[in-house]
Amino acid sequence: MPLTSEIIEIVLLSLFVSGTATVLAGLAGVPLGTFLALGRFRGRGLAMRLTYTLMGLPPVLAGVVVFLILSASGPLGRLHLLFTPAAMVIAQTLLVLPIVTGLTSVTVAGKDREIRETALALGATPRQAATKVLVEARLGITGALAAGLGRAIGEVGAVMLVGGNIAGFTRVMTTAIVLETRKGDYTLGLWLGLILLVVAFLVNSVFAGLQGAGETR
Amino acid sequence: MKNYLTSGNGAPHTRALIGVLVVAVVAGALFFGLGYKRFFAPEKPIVLATTTSTQDSGILDYLLPVFAKRTGIAVKVVAVGSGEALAMGQRGDADAVLAHSPAAEVDFVNKGFGIDRRAVMHNDMIVVGPASDPAGIRGGKDAAAALKKIAQAGSPWVSRGDKSGTQAKEVALWAKTGLPLVPSPGWGGVTPVRPSGSWYIEAGQGMGEVLKMASEKKAYTLTDRSTYLAMKGGLSLDILVEGDANLFNPYHAMEVNPEKNPAVNFRGAQKFVDWLVSDATQKLIADFGKDKYGMALFFPDAGGTAGK
Repeated sequence: MPLTSEIIEIVLLSLFVSGTATVLAGLAGVPLGTFLALGRFRGRGLAMRLTYTLMGLPPVLAGVVVFLILSASGPLGRLHLLFTPAAMVIAQTLLVLPIVTGLTSVTVAGKDREIRETALALGATPRQAATKVLVEARLGITGALAAGLGRAIGEVGAVMLVGGNIAGFTRVMTTAIVLETRKGDYTLGLWLGLILLVVAFLVNSVFAGLQGAGETR
Repeated sequence: MKNYLTSGNGAPHTRALIGVLVVAVVAGALFFGLGYKRFFAPEKPIVLATTTSTQDSGILDYLLPVFAKRTGIAVKVVAVGSGEALAMGQRGDADAVLAHSPAAEVDFVNKGFGIDRRAVMHNDMIVVGPASDPAGIRGGKDAAAALKKIAQAGSPWVSRGDKSGTQAKEVALWAKTGLPLVPSPGWGGVTPVRPSGSWYIEAGQGMGEVLKMASEKKAYTLTDRSTYLAMKGGLSLDILVEGDANLFNPYHAMEVNPEKNPAVNFRGAQKFVDWLVSDATQKLIADFGKDKYGMALFFPDAGGTAGK
């Protein structure tokens, strides 16, 4: 049974891995989603469908792919990243990226119709109109980031494979729950699950606060 | 209004990103800060690929701190099935392997992926099932005969179905029953290894999950004694067959061959396996579990040729 200090470490590592993955996915996914929504290029429909498909990427599949790439016998084996928190961040970034990209493009495309034409009619340049669309889509984009973080912090398949659930090093909340349940300690598994939900609630409260601040501006 | 994105204020989603970044950085700093000793340990850690049974029984949590204190080498445990543990060694993703699938281990060593395979300990396997015992196997000493009765009665049976050492044991027992067998997806899907019938359930999971499933479904299964004892409280399963010599379950440790995988920490792995088979450690193994279960879970084997 983990000690309190071990549980704190597990919670911190979960926040670190999933938070970093969400930030990385956000930095790439928000511009990418905006481009998908506003861009006019060949294959845009295909790119959207691919993004939506990848939103359902099974975590364990992302895990296997990252595992094989980072394995000592794989193409990036010499980096020695397998079974480290870095490998977990990489795998979760892959999982979160399509979600942030897809939800950003949905919300931006939705605002696009309403706002761009009005802005253009009022004499805005196309660039100004696009900026206006992005500003109006901010709530949806914050929601996309929250959904991405939720996906990352709650998944177990990818982090179990590429992290290895090593005690004190790559053990996060979800893999700890799997281990305790496997050992037959349901009670501790449930407690850890409760902690996970409380942490997720706190993180989402932060998001809600930010969204509220956005609305009153 | 149009300055939302460029004025330092930042749009809410930019602030959301910064918020997550701050949470991630603070959490990361605290995590690595709290554990700083581990990350600046004088000795390079080793990765041990082992079976879920060693992790779930708690013997590694009992042994490894002693090793770390003595040598300064941290052991990072990745617990998977025996098949996957050996595959990890083959790929060079582990430095040492502790498994209980003798035939696969010998093959692993013969192919040059592992070296210096040594007997560490054994536990024994038992057939467990519901107290009502619909197939009437209670008290038997012959595991294969008991499995045959279960098949003939068509009573539910849960198999690991994950190519683990435990399934290897099960496969060997079914072969001894003389029943007609069919291939199993979990065993590669080619060689006939299991009887057919809807009473036969392939879980594809670890020992703990399989015990829980058997308990819920009032089914029989084959398990190692230590996982069963550790989980007994939450299960409605009785020990029905024990003491068959065929149920002897030997664990061997070996180092991953540095000639095949030059990047492995061979010296650390060698120190670890040497330590596992040392007299002092063997004594520790013999004492494990006595205080909690009133009986030993593992029996020291070093120096013996069990399973070789």
